[in-house]
Amino acid sequence: MATIDETGASSLAIAHPRFGESRRRWLRTLRSLPLVPLIILVPFVLIAVLANVIAPYDPTMPIQGAKIFEPPCWAAGGSTHWLFGTDFQGRDVLSRLIYGARVSLIVGVTGTVVAGGIGTMMGILSGYLGGWVDQAIMRIVDAWLALPGLVFAIFLATMVGPSMWNIVIILGLVYWTRYARVIRGEVLSLREREFVKLAEIAGASRVRVILRHILPNVMNSVMVLASLTIGVVIIAEASLSFLGVGVPAPQPAWGSMLADGRSMLMVGDWWLTVFPGLAILLVVLATQLLGDWLRVRLDPQSRNL
Amino acid sequence: MAPLLDIRDLHTHYTSFGGSRVVKAVDGISFCLNEGETIGLVGESGCGKTTTCLSIVGLLPAGARIVGGSIEFDGEELTTKRSPDLRQVRGRKIAMILQDPMASLNPLFSIFWQVAEPAYFHRGLRGRPLRQRVSELLRSVRIPSPAVRMREYPHQMSGGMRQRVVGAIAMAGGPKLIIADEPTTNLDVTIQAQYLDVLKEIQQQSGVALIFVTHNLGIVAKMCDRMAVMYAGKIVEYGAVRDLFRAPQHPYTRALLGAMPKLGSKQPLYAIPGQPPNLAQLPGGCAFHPRCREAMPQCRLHEPAERRAGVDWSARCWLLGQPSEEQHARALA
Repeated sequence: MATIDETGASSLAIAHPRFGESRRRWLRTLRSLPLVPLIILVPFVLIAVLANVIAPYDPTMPIQGAKIFEPPCWAAGGSTHWLFGTDFQGRDVLSRLIYGARVSLIVGVTGTVVAGGIGTMMGILSGYLGGWVDQAIMRIVDAWLALPGLVFAIFLATMVGPSMWNIVIILGLVYWTRYARVIRGEVLSLREREFVKLAEIAGASRVRVILRHILPNVMNSVMVLASLTIGVVIIAEASLSFLGVGVPAPQPAWGSMLADGRSMLMVGDWWLTVFPGLAILLVVLATQLLGDWLRVRLDPQSRNL
Repeated sequence: MAPLLDIRDLHTHYTSFGGSRVVKAVDGISFCLNEGETIGLVGESGCGKTTTCLSIVGLLPAGARIVGGSIEFDGEELTTKRSPDLRQVRGRKIAMILQDPMASLNPLFSIFWQVAEPAYFHRGLRGRPLRQRVSELLRSVRIPSPAVRMREYPHQMSGGMRQRVVGAIAMAGGPKLIIADEPTTNLDVTIQAQYLDVLKEIQQQSGVALIFVTHNLGIVAKMCDRMAVMYAGKIVEYGAVRDLFRAPQHPYTRALLGAMPKLGSKQPLYAIPGQPPNLAQLPGGCAFHPRCREAMPQCRLHEPAERRAGVDWSARCWLLGQPSEEQHARALA
């Protein structure tokens, strides 16, 4: 089989050298991609993007003609009209899961962007300017880290009121500190690198040095941190929604679905909690795996490990 | 004609522990440099060579400060300039080449951008002329096929090539002075010679002045017109390279020259005993006396002032107290 493949490939390469080359390159990139996390994440992203197209029912309204707590289709008494069953208001669990993916991913990504933006900016300012700016920012970070993240988030959420975009900003404010710490450390070593010094000698302004020489060189770390933060942010959003201070009620979120189904676990209505729980597990796991892969890819030091 | 760079009695101190500890890294240095000339700053590690350079470009680390003296460059006084004005002077007229070619280039940008940046900012070149200028600069530092090479990234080049690219960047703004702080220390010996040739060539073409910081006297002999030998923050001997090599006046200069291996010599190499002094706790009198072969009792007690050894030639040593007739004649010759 292998020999046939090889000869086929080589004759192809002779006939269409460009085609064979590009196909080989394509295969190589494919093989270097992190398949497991992508296989999990890509469907979730597609589901989230296409939620209004693929969801069979309105996630916020009870299905006409359905009873409450209908089991999923393969369980005894289930119906193929509602594949994953219905909840305590007779709403379709599958549609709620699909729309919930949208909420989780939007909050996860934008919350990470907010946290990363604030944290990276603070870290660069702290590391590059040094002196009292550094001291001030780092003491704020210390104080911030002393607060338990979730409690802080609950406090902020009850202050500003529940809404998805409020949650995004709150989680950004809770999780920026780790970026600030890591990026500051990187900038401290970067600042002493000679190309930064040469840029200063060449008359580049501070803003220019930061934008051209510092920021691009810390982007690797920012990316890795971001991929690892997404999972944390998704879990935090789910926790807030579970506690009732997250995404407000009729809007479906995995966390609030867990909360709604919790009381029915004892009765045996497992589908209310297992599906959203699984969804959270899979997405967070996949983002963490992706983060690990990114770290190895982007960090030349650990690439060969 | 006024010299391009005129440093007079420069003092740069590092203070720490709230001013309770003062290190006089540069302690009263004077020298001047004409356009197109090369001066070598020579001395052991920690004698203030680099601090002198950083004082000129105004990029001293936190805690270091110019506490006295003047630096006049191209008719402008640099020590009293405020940083935005200083930035203008620095970028346009002074460039620097640092020690480590591996760290001197930003790994994320192509060679073209890095060489183009000074030309873009300080000379306002854009588009095709900019591309042409970059290619010219790269050719002048003997980078083969610059059109291809300028699209590459630093990791695709060898150390010697990178250091030459750094040279091209230094030239890009059209400076009047280049400060080269041990530019060849991290290069292979064969590459060193090649690099020095490139620098020399650039200098001949553009008439830029060079300050060459090194501890390699061979490089000084090859590159420099004049040299200043530094010890513990002071220039102990200053003069034309040819004079200093032929008849060094200060025992430290003599010791440095004696420590240079000579081809075919069977004599064991001379080593200067001891360590360079701690600048925070200098010995009394002449700072060199504990290591000096010719130390006299008065060296321990009093610091020698600068004494003339000839035209444009001075040294700080008691031995020069009454220069003998023969010495004097030799110095003037």
